[in-house]
Amino acid sequence: MLKVSIYRYNPDTDSAPYMQDYELDTQGKDLMVLDVLELLKAEDPSLAFRRSCREGVCGSDGMNISGKNGLACVMPISEAAPKGKLVLRPLPGLPVIRDLVVDMEQFYTQYKKIEPFLQNDTPAPAIERLQSPEDREKLDGLYECILCACCSTACPSFWWNPDKFIGPAGLLQAYRFLADSRDEATDERLSKLDDPFSVFRCHGIQNCVNVCPKGLNPTRAIGHIRNMLITRAV
Amino acid sequence: MVKAVTGFGRSGLYDWFIQRVSAVVLVAYTLFIVGFIFLSKDFGYDSWSALFEQRWVRVFSLVALISTIAHAWIGLWSVITDYLTNRMMGGKATVLRILVEVLLGAVAVFYAVWGIEILWGV
Repeated sequence: MLKVSIYRYNPDTDSAPYMQDYELDTQGKDLMVLDVLELLKAEDPSLAFRRSCREGVCGSDGMNISGKNGLACVMPISEAAPKGKLVLRPLPGLPVIRDLVVDMEQFYTQYKKIEPFLQNDTPAPAIERLQSPEDREKLDGLYECILCACCSTACPSFWWNPDKFIGPAGLLQAYRFLADSRDEATDERLSKLDDPFSVFRCHGIQNCVNVCPKGLNPTRAIGHIRNMLITRAV
Repeated sequence: MVKAVTGFGRSGLYDWFIQRVSAVVLVAYTLFIVGFIFLSKDFGYDSWSALFEQRWVRVFSLVALISTIAHAWIGLWSVITDYLTNRMMGGKATVLRILVEVLLGAVAVFYAVWGIEILWGV
């Protein structure tokens, strides 16, 4: 039997959040955490969580799994609950809408700030804007981000200043466009990042690297942004 | 772009850079002083005052003092803007933050003036 403890909060009926305990017969299978949630929801339809692709691509089911942020759909219970007890909480730091569902507004506001689209004013060529294989390679480790918010909500700097610090996810994407050979707004992008909060609230804690379900390294990307800022300023 | 007028240099890059430079100065000064204490043969009042009679030692000490102040301001400013935020505490955070900043500023000026007095007073 797998013991599961889940954060429950329904603002319409509960005065405060609480942890609810469940038990589930996994029949010896190494289920994913999302499977556990689906089976429990079949028993208790009031349980709320987000999910979509169930294969680690959409980023909907980011949550705090036994103390560490991750995607429920790609996290096996053998890893998340080696001692037979699974603890599920919503992503930390963001307002809870209900149970495991959080309000991602602050996260998206920061993402919006970095203008996550190519900016290029030169007239488009007849075919695509081509990149050399070397230039394309610079986007590896950046474009794979699925914006699940596991990293930003694991970051203490983002917990304290979610309205000012862009956070690891947003900064990884900021560097994805700074590093893109087809983007022409590098200087404007850097100018918008040169304040004490947007980039420089990163203190290299590296929780983001530790939790990223896609194995990406936002701290390294932030280091690259810092180097670009220094290079153009000294 | 977030506006911040009470940061040390108003730009995150400038603050970051000054924090690194001041850290290097402080490492050099610490090694120098600790090295002098442990490596001088007859360490005492005479060798200590002879050391600080040299102008370059006074200047080096002053640079280290200014580095300490800059480094402390940048570090503590980060701490107070992390923990004393309007998001968490409402309007009183602004008052509290300004009070702490004024206090830090007063301590910084006090130590700077006192340090110069000591360095050039002996």
